[in-house]
Amino acid sequence: MDPARPEDETGRSPGGRPHRRSHTTSADVARYAGLFAQRTTVMRSSAMRDLMEITSRPEVISLAGGLPDTSTFPPDSFAAQMTRIAQESSAKALQYGPTEGFAETHEVIEEVMRAEDMRPDPGDIVVTTGGQQALDLICKTLLDPGDVVVAEGPTYPGAVPVFCSYEADTRQVEMDDDGMRVDLLEELLAELDREGRRPKFIYSVPTFQNPGGVTLALERRRRLVEIAREREILIVEDNPYGLLRYAGETLPTLYSLDGGDYVLYVGTLSKILSPGIRIGWVCAPPPVRAKLVLGKAATDLCTSTLSQYFVREYFAEGDWLAYVDELRDVYRSRRGAMLRALASYFPRQATWSQPDGGLFVWATLPDYIDTTDLLAKALRENVAFVPGAAAYADGRGSGSMRLNFSAQTEEEIVEGIRRIGAVVGEQVGLYETMTGSFEVVQPEEHDDPSISSAARSGGDGANPGPASGDVLPFHRKPLRD
Amino acid sequence: MRVAVLKGGRSLERAVSLQSGARVEEAITALGHDVVAIDADEGLVSRLKEEDPDVAFIALHGPGGEDGTVQSLLELLGIPDTGPGISASVLCMDKVQAKHRMRAVGIPTPDWVAFGATAFRELGAADAFEEIEAGFGLPLVVKPAGQGSALGVRFAGDPGAVPAAIVGALSYDDRVLIERYVAGRELAVSILDGEALPIVEAIPEQADLFNYEARYEIGRTRYVCPAVLGDAEADAVTAVALHTWEALGCGGFARVDVMLGGEGVGPQVLEVNSVPGLTDTSLLPIAAEAAGISFESFVERALELALGE
Repeated sequence: MDPARPEDETGRSPGGRPHRRSHTTSADVARYAGLFAQRTTVMRSSAMRDLMEITSRPEVISLAGGLPDTSTFPPDSFAAQMTRIAQESSAKALQYGPTEGFAETHEVIEEVMRAEDMRPDPGDIVVTTGGQQALDLICKTLLDPGDVVVAEGPTYPGAVPVFCSYEADTRQVEMDDDGMRVDLLEELLAELDREGRRPKFIYSVPTFQNPGGVTLALERRRRLVEIAREREILIVEDNPYGLLRYAGETLPTLYSLDGGDYVLYVGTLSKILSPGIRIGWVCAPPPVRAKLVLGKAATDLCTSTLSQYFVREYFAEGDWLAYVDELRDVYRSRRGAMLRALASYFPRQATWSQPDGGLFVWATLPDYIDTTDLLAKALRENVAFVPGAAAYADGRGSGSMRLNFSAQTEEEIVEGIRRIGAVVGEQVGLYETMTGSFEVVQPEEHDDPSISSAARSGGDGANPGPASGDVLPFHRKPLRD
Repeated sequence: MRVAVLKGGRSLERAVSLQSGARVEEAITALGHDVVAIDADEGLVSRLKEEDPDVAFIALHGPGGEDGTVQSLLELLGIPDTGPGISASVLCMDKVQAKHRMRAVGIPTPDWVAFGATAFRELGAADAFEEIEAGFGLPLVVKPAGQGSALGVRFAGDPGAVPAAIVGALSYDDRVLIERYVAGRELAVSILDGEALPIVEAIPEQADLFNYEARYEIGRTRYVCPAVLGDAEADAVTAVALHTWEALGCGGFARVDVMLGGEGVGPQVLEVNSVPGLTDTSLLPIAAEAAGISFESFVERALELALGE
């Protein structure tokens, strides 16, 4: 199958710049397509991705990313640490390292986990290239094509392509203000029982969920862990934001409730130090861990040695918790700005989560608004968000959006929300105009209560009350007088 | 020769345009010309003045690049370009005007009605939905009037879905086009300098025919070129496409999208793309290749036409 090759196979640029040989005739495309593995047909690429490309334009206020604000990290101390590494450990820092990571990195990880009351066995830790690689390795180790993975609905948008590329059958369980509806999870597991199937694992971001912005309540955490033990199903607990709590009481992680038998714990330094260093980890029982290490060796041999040396230097200074405190202050106040702006600028038909921590608010609009279309309109106003469909493997979520409050200044957040509110308002108005003469039921309240409305009464957004119990249905502008 | 390749821009089709542009740049370099790649932003005009190219290859898709605006600027600067001329650009980008022109000269195009966003508020246009459904039947095709790609195109299978589809379409443009649905085969006739290239049939792998995602992704839509058609059918489709090219005053190259309906319906022209996609999976390059024209030769020909050679 080699028809019609282009006549020029060896083209050189006259300017001397070596130029990439043209290799993309339709025959080539067909040939590559014939070579692709089955799993690539379910890898997602989309209109949304094309739209997301525009969100990086400098004039766009992007509430789309999940970026921590790295400008808060002092450049001087970064320079000093890197200089010390160059002077004292140059050869080692430039060398390969062990696949599972350096013992010193494991010590740092233990220290970070202790800050959330976890006591991992050092022998259970594998350092990974970001939390993302941990997810990939876990799927690589556990999943055969067609295996069931249970996740929250919505789930971390970055997990969707991972599940897709391992051809998982992803089932998503609805959430409410207290996180995953564990009762619905049990129903799903019973239904799977009847089909003779068992999920390989339950993927959860229980604390300050991405993108839902909600936190799994304590009694549900206990029940979830019980279910895992009763049924011998693994849980993958992804906890990037646990230390970024701005309000409410700290809750025990699933890992600490379980003791590390059925919970694989995924952590990362991305949100408390830097995503650029790509340091994450997974804690897993020894038999699983052994497979993860083999998988990692095949993928990249080891996580950046240089990054691990930096981490070692940085934590040796002993101030890391102070920096986390600083981040918390910045993000708490940005969260407050976003919640106040939402109350001021979003129409009454919209609802949104009230996160006690993390980086995201999840807003749900009336179901006649498709947020992918809305993003196109919002981009004309130079503002961006993540359309909700990115957080589902099954096409749901089109009425919702994820809004990030960590990456922009308070002024930008307020202006961004004002602009989104204006385009939403325009669409709501248009729809109401049309349906005033048209027999369509106007939804008062979104009837799919995945992350339903909730606002704490009397709070100012920066300091709401207890984590649950006093949640009220959200109506208009409760945060502003 | 010094060739400016205009790509990217602020349109929603930026990502596709960057792919088209990159491919054109490769080809121009391979042809032995100097390439000046320009991402069309607020510095476009000053950059063009500074670089002073002999000719511009327009690889911009969507509003701005494809609607005559950039061509007007190029004309002011005296730079010849690969576009079809300003008036044809304006007509092709505006699906409603294009359909009026087609209908006026007897080119079959599905029945339609178009509204500005304000018509619903100011004129109570929604009160006419019943008549639209009665006249066109269901499903209805709802599209933004001026978006080149399949972005914002929806099928409304029941009356209740129409308002949401309109809200969606109006996210992309200020006017919405509501069209009678034509069941049939999705064909594309690419035309280079008034000559039709072999017809491409797009066969979506999934039931959703108008899936923006499928159009740019390997493996999601199957393309057959030349399309398997009877001689009479192929002739009818080609004739209608060439008639459209002429009626809209096209030049250089373009792609005419045609639905081939069943008995008694025949070919119906949906729209003309005056700067069709030139990516790895785009239809015009596939058609050119089927005619024995490599991508480089196509680009060379487009540049010659721009220079009046």
